[in-house]
Amino acid sequence: MEILPYLLGLSVLFFFGAIAFFFWNVNNGQYDDLESPAHKILFDDDDDMIPDDAKLVKKIVPNNQKDEPSS
Amino acid sequence: MSPAKVADNLCYHCLLAIPQHCDYQVTIEGIDRAMCCPGCAAVAETILSSGLDNYYKHRDIDNQTANSLSRDNKPLIPEELSLFNSEKVQQAFVTISQDGTKEATLVIEGITCAACIWLLEHHLLKLTGVIHFNVNMTNHRAQLRWNENQIPLSKILAAISEIGYLGHPYRPDLEEQLLAKEHKKAMRRLGIAGVGMMQVLTLAVALYFGASSGMEDQTRTWLRWISLIVCTPIIFYAAVPFFVAAIRDIKTRHLSMDVPVSIAICGAYVASTWATIFQNGEIYFDSVSMFTFFLLFGRYLEMQARHRTGRAGNALQNLLPQAATKLTTDEDGIITESLIPAADLAVADIILVKPGQAVPADGVITQGHSSIDESALTGEYLPKRRNLNDNVIGGTLNVENPIQIRVTEIGAQTQLSAIVRLLERASEEKPSVAKIADKVANYFVSFVLAAAVIVSLSWLYVDPEQAFWITLSVLVVTCPCALSLATPTALTTATGTLRQQGLLITRGHVLESLAVATDFVFDKTGTLTQGNLSIEQVRTSFTRQRALTIAAALEEHSEHPIAKAFKPYLSAQNTLQTKDITVTLGQGIEGCFEGVIYRLGKADYAEQLLTQPYPTQSIDISMPKEAGHWLLLCDEHQVIAWFLIADTLREDSLFCINALKQKNITVHMLTGDSSSNVAEIAQYLGIENVCQSASPEDKVKYIQALQQDTNKKVVMVGDGINDLPVLAGAQTSIAMGSASDLAKTHADAVLTNGELCVIIQGLALAKKTKTIIKQNIGWAICYNFTALPLAAFGLIAPYAAAIGMSLSSLIVVTNALRLAKQKPLVSYQPKNKAATPSATPDNSYLHDSA
Repeated sequence: MEILPYLLGLSVLFFFGAIAFFFWNVNNGQYDDLESPAHKILFDDDDDMIPDDAKLVKKIVPNNQKDEPSS
Repeated sequence: MSPAKVADNLCYHCLLAIPQHCDYQVTIEGIDRAMCCPGCAAVAETILSSGLDNYYKHRDIDNQTANSLSRDNKPLIPEELSLFNSEKVQQAFVTISQDGTKEATLVIEGITCAACIWLLEHHLLKLTGVIHFNVNMTNHRAQLRWNENQIPLSKILAAISEIGYLGHPYRPDLEEQLLAKEHKKAMRRLGIAGVGMMQVLTLAVALYFGASSGMEDQTRTWLRWISLIVCTPIIFYAAVPFFVAAIRDIKTRHLSMDVPVSIAICGAYVASTWATIFQNGEIYFDSVSMFTFFLLFGRYLEMQARHRTGRAGNALQNLLPQAATKLTTDEDGIITESLIPAADLAVADIILVKPGQAVPADGVITQGHSSIDESALTGEYLPKRRNLNDNVIGGTLNVENPIQIRVTEIGAQTQLSAIVRLLERASEEKPSVAKIADKVANYFVSFVLAAAVIVSLSWLYVDPEQAFWITLSVLVVTCPCALSLATPTALTTATGTLRQQGLLITRGHVLESLAVATDFVFDKTGTLTQGNLSIEQVRTSFTRQRALTIAAALEEHSEHPIAKAFKPYLSAQNTLQTKDITVTLGQGIEGCFEGVIYRLGKADYAEQLLTQPYPTQSIDISMPKEAGHWLLLCDEHQVIAWFLIADTLREDSLFCINALKQKNITVHMLTGDSSSNVAEIAQYLGIENVCQSASPEDKVKYIQALQQDTNKKVVMVGDGINDLPVLAGAQTSIAMGSASDLAKTHADAVLTNGELCVIIQGLALAKKTKTIIKQNIGWAICYNFTALPLAAFGLIAPYAAAIGMSLSSLIVVTNALRLAKQKPLVSYQPKNKAATPSATPDNSYLHDSA
C-alpha cells in the first residue's frame, strides 16, 4: 500500500490536467455547436464507398447503381 | 435515416398546407411531389439540380417546423446584394487574411434542422472560390472564407437564397460579445465543479469506508489534504457567482437565496479546511462540491434558455434596407441615381424608393404618392395612403408607386430607434416579481443568523472551547441544500416539459407568475390572427373557382398586400394572359383577361365599369351587410363577385380565450389597427376589453395602468416590432415563435410552435409547479428546523448530518421530477397538423358556428 500516496498525488495532477484540457476545449469553441455534428455523421454521403454487392438499393433496383449519380 | 413521409395535403418542401386549386409539382426521387407555390418549386428544383436531393432523405420531419422562407420567395435584388461587394461596406464585417482570402460571419435565417446545415454546406462548398463554409446549428451563424477574385460575396448570398434560406452579414455588437463571454465562463465553472465533484466524492467514499473499518491516521490525513486541494478551485472559481450575488444583495439589504448558499459554502469550506490543517473535526468537502455543482447546473440551464432566443442579433437593423438609391442633381439640373449604403445617408438627402422596397430612413415625400405598408410598426393590416409632403417612417414598405423622399431623420433619431428607446425605458420600469424562494430566504437567513449568534454566545458562556465548533455545525447542518434546490429543480423540470410542448421559458420567474396570472393581454395582428390577409368569403353568380381564377389573374400584377390573398388561387396556365393592366392607387385594378375587361377593387371604383346602370343581376349590387373589407369584381355587363378579405384568426384563438375565461382570467386585446375588423374579431372571440389604434406608447401606458393595481398579475402575448416596448414592460411577456428576433429576446417566454393553446398547458403546469415548490420548501424547512436544535446542543453526529442533508436533497429532487411526467393537459387538436388529412386550407371556420 506504499504506492497509495503517490497514486493519490498523481490523481491530483490528472485532475488539473483535465481542467486545463477542458478550458482549452471551451476557449477553442469545441462546445459552441452541440447539435449538428451529432447528426452530420448519420447523413450518408458515402454511396460511392459502399461496395456494389453490399448496397441495400440493389434489392429494389437491380444492376442500376452504376448509372445513379452519387451525391 | 429513412425517407420522410409528408402528408399529401402539405407542400413537400416547406411542409405548409397547400392552398386549393394549386398544382405545382416537382419530381423528387422518382415521385411527383406537390408544392405550395412557385417559390418552393424553384428552391426544390435548385436543390435537385445541384445533386443534393439527399436533403429530403435526411431532414427530420417530426421535429421540423415549417420553413416558410421559400414561400413568396422574392428573388433578392441583385443591385442591393452587389452593394456587399464594395470595400467600404465590407469594412464593417469582413477580415482579410494574409493570403488574400476574406473571412466573414453570416447569419442564416430559415434553418430548422441538421439537414438544413448539410444542404447549405454542400451547396456552397460546390461554388468555386468558397474555401470554407461552416454553419453553427446552435446560433445559426456561418463562418465563411472565400476568394474574392473567384467569386463575389453577392453571388454567395444569392446562392444561399437559391435554396430557400436568407443570409446576411453579421457583426456582433458589444452586448452579444459579452453574452458569449458569459456563456464560456459559465461552462468553465460547470466543468470545474463537475470534475472536482467527482474526484472529491471518490475520496469521500474511501474516507467513509476508512472510518468504519479502520484506517491509518496518515492515510486519512493525506486523503483529506487531497480533497482540500481539489475542492479549492471549486470554491474560488466555480462558486464565485454566488458570492458576488450575495455581497450585492447584502449591500442592497435584500436577502435572497444566494446569501444562505454563500454562508453555507464558505462555512463548510472554512470548517473543513480548519479540520484538515489541525487534524480534528469533520470535513464536508463532498457536500460542498456536490451542492455547488447542482446549483451551477440549474443556473446554466436557465442561462442557456435565455441565450437561445437572442440568436440572430442585429435584428432591428434588418428591418432597414442595407442600400438606398440617392438622387443627386448637378449644376445642369441632370439627376443621377447612385446606390449607396444606407448607413451613409444624411439628413436632407433625396432618395428614391421603388415599389416593393423598404424605406431606409424617416422622411417627407417630395415627389409621387403611394401606399405604405406600416404593419411592422403599427400592426395596421392594410397599407395607408401617403401623398406629397406626408411623412414616411423608416422600416415601412412602399407598396405601389415609386416615390422620392427627403430624409429628415437618420440613425438614433428615427422612429424605429425611438421604439427601441421606449423598450429600454419600459423594461427598466418593469415591476419585479417576488419569487417564493427569495421570500422564504429572507426569513430563513435572518432566523439562521440569529440562531447562530445566540448559540455562539450561549456556548461562549457555557464552554468557550466548544463554541466555534458548535456554531459552525449549526451553520453547516442548517445548510439550505434542500431549500435552495427546492425551487430550481422544480422549475428546471417544468421548463423542460413545457419546452417539449412548445413553450420556451427564458426567465426564471415565468412559471411562478403564470400560476397567479389574473389578466391576459393579447396583441391582435400576428398573435390572435395569422397576420396575413386571406379570402374569407366569396359571393358570386359564377362558380367560386371561376371567380377566384379571374381575380387571381388580375391581382397577379399588383404588389398590394391584398393581392397576396389571391395568390394561392392563381392557376399555372393563366399567368401571363392578362393584358392592359391599369392599377389605380388605393382603388383597384383593371385588366383584360381572356378578351373581357374586368375591374377588381373598391365598390365605387369597380362599378364605374358597368356600362348599363342596372344590368341583369344575379347577385346583389349593393355591398353585403356584414362588416369587413369587401372587394367587388365586375366586367362591363354585370357584377361578378364580392370577396371578403380579412386577416384570418389563428385556429386555436377562440379555444384559448374561452379556456382563459373559464379560469376567471380577464382577457384584453391591444392593437394598433383602427379598422372595423377589430370590433368584429373582438366580438367573435368574446373579448370585452379592447384598446384599438394604439401606438406603441399607448400600449405601454395601458399595461402600466393595469399593473398599477398590485393585485393584478398581467401577462402580455405579442409578436410585432410595435409590441416590443409593451413586451418589455409587462410583468410577464410571451412572444410568438414567428415574432421578430428582437421581440423574442425581450420576452420572458416564447411560443415556439405558435400554438396559443400551449399557454393553457403552461398555466396548468405552472399551478402544479407552484404546489410542488411549496411541498419542497415545506419539507426543507421541516428538516432544517429539526436539525437546528440538535446541532445547537451539540448532539448531532457528523454522519447523521451528512446523511440527513443528502436525503433531504434527494427527496426534493425526486418530488420535482414528478413534473416531467405531466401529460398534455389540453385535448385541443389543431386542425392543420399533418396527422389529420381533413385540413381545410381556406379558412372558413370564422363563420362556422363556434
